[in-house]
Amino acid sequence: MMMMTSTSIVYLIALPLAGAVILLLAGRRSDKWGHLLATALCASSFFVALYQLSLMFKRPSQERAVSQKLFEWISVGTFKIDAGLLLDQLSICFVLLITGVGSLIHIYSISYMAHDPDRRRFFAFLNLFIAAMLLLVLGDSYLNLYVGWEGVGLASYLLIGFWNEKPAYATASKKAFVMNRIGDMGLSFAIMIAFATMGTVSFIGVQAAVEQTSTLALTGIGIMLLVAAIGKSAQFPLQAWLGDAMAGPTPVSALIHAATMVTAGVYLITRSNFIFDAAPSAQLLVVIVGAITLMFGALIGTAKDDIKKALAASTMSQIGYMILCAGLGPVGYAFAIMHLLTHGFFKAGMFLGAGSVMHGMDDEVNMRKYGALRKVMPITFVTFGLGYLAILGIPPFAGFYSKDMIIETAFNAGGIKGIILGSVTLLGAGITAFYMTRVMILTFTGTPRWDEKAQPHESPWLMWLPMAILALGSLTSGYLLSSNDSLVKWLSPLFESHEEHHELLPPILVSALALVMVAIGVAVAFLKYSRREIDAVAPKNVSIFTRIAREDLMQDRLNEALFMRPGQELTKTLVKTDAVIIDGAVRGIGRLTIATALSLRGVQNGFVRSYAAFILIGALAMIVAIWVVVQ
Amino acid sequence: MSFISPTLDYTLLSPILILLGGALIGVLVEAFVSKALRSSTQLTLTIGTLVLSLAQLWKIRNEQSMGAAMGSVVIDGPAILLQASILIIAILSILVIADTDHFTALAAALPGSEQERHSIQTGNQVTEVYPLTLFAISGMMVFPVATDLITLFVALEMLSLPLYLMAGLSRRRRLASQEAALKYFLLGSFSSAFFLFGMAYLYGYSASVSLAGIRESVVGGSGNDVLLLLGMAFISIGLLFKVGAVPFHAWSPDVYQGAPTPITGFMAAATKVAAFGAMLRIYYTVFANAEWSWSPVISMIAIITMLFGSFVALAQRDVKRMLAYSSIAHAGFLLSGVIALNKSGLDASIFYLFAYGVATVGAFAIVTLVRDSSGEVTDLNRWRGLGKRSPWVASAFAGFLLAFAGIPLTSGFIGKFSIFSAAYESGAKGVVFAGVLSSAVAAFFYIRVIVLMFFTDPMQDGTSVEIPSALTRSSIIFSILVTIALGVFPAPLLSFITTLATFIR
Repeated sequence: MMMMTSTSIVYLIALPLAGAVILLLAGRRSDKWGHLLATALCASSFFVALYQLSLMFKRPSQERAVSQKLFEWISVGTFKIDAGLLLDQLSICFVLLITGVGSLIHIYSISYMAHDPDRRRFFAFLNLFIAAMLLLVLGDSYLNLYVGWEGVGLASYLLIGFWNEKPAYATASKKAFVMNRIGDMGLSFAIMIAFATMGTVSFIGVQAAVEQTSTLALTGIGIMLLVAAIGKSAQFPLQAWLGDAMAGPTPVSALIHAATMVTAGVYLITRSNFIFDAAPSAQLLVVIVGAITLMFGALIGTAKDDIKKALAASTMSQIGYMILCAGLGPVGYAFAIMHLLTHGFFKAGMFLGAGSVMHGMDDEVNMRKYGALRKVMPITFVTFGLGYLAILGIPPFAGFYSKDMIIETAFNAGGIKGIILGSVTLLGAGITAFYMTRVMILTFTGTPRWDEKAQPHESPWLMWLPMAILALGSLTSGYLLSSNDSLVKWLSPLFESHEEHHELLPPILVSALALVMVAIGVAVAFLKYSRREIDAVAPKNVSIFTRIAREDLMQDRLNEALFMRPGQELTKTLVKTDAVIIDGAVRGIGRLTIATALSLRGVQNGFVRSYAAFILIGALAMIVAIWVVVQ
Repeated sequence: MSFISPTLDYTLLSPILILLGGALIGVLVEAFVSKALRSSTQLTLTIGTLVLSLAQLWKIRNEQSMGAAMGSVVIDGPAILLQASILIIAILSILVIADTDHFTALAAALPGSEQERHSIQTGNQVTEVYPLTLFAISGMMVFPVATDLITLFVALEMLSLPLYLMAGLSRRRRLASQEAALKYFLLGSFSSAFFLFGMAYLYGYSASVSLAGIRESVVGGSGNDVLLLLGMAFISIGLLFKVGAVPFHAWSPDVYQGAPTPITGFMAAATKVAAFGAMLRIYYTVFANAEWSWSPVISMIAIITMLFGSFVALAQRDVKRMLAYSSIAHAGFLLSGVIALNKSGLDASIFYLFAYGVATVGAFAIVTLVRDSSGEVTDLNRWRGLGKRSPWVASAFAGFLLAFAGIPLTSGFIGKFSIFSAAYESGAKGVVFAGVLSSAVAAFFYIRVIVLMFFTDPMQDGTSVEIPSALTRSSIIFSILVTIALGVFPAPLLSFITTLATFIR
């Protein structure tokens, strides 16, 4: 089947990229208008995406995908790779989310970063991120995706460490970068295996080659892709960086570490559906990782006092839901994407809300020093509240539709697996309700526990407008995407249809169970936090469980014990070995080399007669050599 | 026997003829234009000539002809590509040469004499360097397209003689410069003698001086093989001398160091293109059928050259000498393209020559910028911390070094990758192995310079980077852009070369 080609997909990426280039090259000269240009370019990219969507609607569902070949990238002998773009039903969802939420966050940042002397640089990096993320979802091969993948890693590094004058922030960005490298290794291994076994790395080529490829190779590719997804999407066991990444400015957390970049892993897995469908063991591993992370994140969320870290833990957990659902095969992909989109709205909205609170509270992030902000920040309270209702899954808010679908799909996975997964997702929903209610109570209700100097105030309209729009999305997006199964139908040409359907529990019962769990979670939180005074300083004499949760479930300790300390010991030993044996050898070789070099240099004595003698000797040697060869 | 008046195809020869014309006008400019206007007139004239020649070359890019000058010159794809490379490199070099501060005020004056002091005071400038450069370039243009041994030899001398002179024109350290010029001249003459001797043997073998005639004899296998082998060996010595392959390299470090730096850059880049161009043509068309006899020997020379160049570069303390040894190592890498003897080897060699040439001109242009009160500072120890004082210049130099080292995303990587894979394809695994090994060694000393520039503290010794003139600056910027562009998007140029580069016989 020949795919339609288009010449305008590239503008989606080119517009924000141009913004980044102009702002970085123009330097200080663009300080006055740089942020406006960046915002305008991001927004125009969004409009291009809407236009593309309208074109797609006009075509029959089998012909909606379009491609664009940009240029021949590498062509050496038989090794040939084109830089090409692919816009299909899956990528357009991401493109709209990235440019849409991205534009709102650009608008928000104009005001949020207004007092930062480096605001222009910030917008340049934001545009760079948008361009890289669009390349990630629009690339038509794993290699092109990889370029975008590295690009978002770089942009994320630059943005987390944006305030790099604080050493802790610089360290955080480094940690994120290094942990992401592990994931990136996975992706490059996946590409290498694919190229070695299939001879191609384009999505279409790989999809066509899956049938002739051994399950072993497919499982290898699948596991490596999963490793990549784990790194980028902060899944167990590489999740620790996400909490530290909160060091970046809050709009960055909203855009990159909630709505877009961290969902790249989900994209990678749904995009590679043909590989996972043919490699059941890799697929099972996906589900397990998702299930563990969703519990992990939820538990961490219960103990965090830093509002952004609580939200980050929640993001981790919600992405766990998506990964789990994507691991359930063809029935799950569409629901994973649906949750990804609704999550994009409500989580970005809540992060912006958190930013608004911090903005009003002198950058205080400790929720124990908030309280009663409902009255002074009514708009923030309402928009955050709508996001809160959405993440809980209260009907008719967005999360109700998407999360229920995941829980239902999990239960219907069949057999004991279905029961376990269903219970995990259900329990996760309860814990989510608990920790999100805790955030609401600590922040917006109760009595003020502010510092004396704090003068909380509502944020300017440039900040609350994006929050309001996202809140509207939290309210409506779930209904819009699921009524008539519109998203499922839209995505259906991409995924192999799958008729078998075991229904363990009727949908209405699942919804009821989920709501009960949520109600329990909310009730517990109310009992625990609303009825008595909250200490402005985190209490020390808490149960062992709270302490463990506060420490990210010992993940850092575990990393330390498992990797860092043995690693350090190993390093020490290696250093010793290195100093004695290797260095000895190297220095020996080095000395020998330099000695050789010096003696060779000695030949270069500056006398023409010697040089001419070399030529003569060389000529004789050459003739002798030819004579030997001929004989 | 009646004399046949020669028929010349002026359109096909026009790129060369334009250069010669420009050079002759340049001589007249020396004689008749007033001193004040001379240098700007010469610069305009030279650049105009080069650009015109390049434009003319572009017009005839799809032509193929054996008969442009009575069978003495061939115009085909590789010829066009090599000539274009030479012209582009020449334009970049001229922009650096135009900074006349590099050249002595009066070449004929004895170093340190009263006459020299006087000429410096009166603000003399050596503008003869422009016509000399044009003459050298015209020789280089003919060298890779010559199809008979006589024309080949004339071209060799035409490109060499001006270079001997130009090597002696340095403004500072004049004695070293003149010594370099003399060495280059003596050794060059010595190798020319070998070349001429080889021509005689080949004539004795085939009773013909045209490449086509010699090829016929090689293919037919008639004639005395001893004459052929001696002829091949001696011709090769002449060529290997020009490209600076071991053991015929001894002149290059001394000459590279002694010559004025812009000339060194020009010499290192353009001469290599011309000499390798001729070498590729001769080996690919004439000697191809006798591969069994020369291939092992040339492979051995390639291996020794790569290893020698890379290892000795390690011990250098002077940036120009280091670049000279690096250029020797590169000659070894390029020889693997000759050994490959297949289409991809030819394509890769042409790409490599262009990429390497552009980076070389850029690198030497930067060497001209690092100075103290007494002129250029080439002692590497005094380049410490350059990155902190002049981040742009140091970054550009780092870019060129990374290209020389063959690090991905630079033109050097694509060049090395394609040339080694071509050699591997043809079965020259030993050469490729040695190439990769010496690339690793080479990467060490290139990166050591980068570390020196960026990660050590600057010395307080008056070394500073001069703000480049607009001309030098544009040359450096263009070179670095090409170096990066060819590393990131090599495909357009590679496919252009692939479609065009086929020798006609």
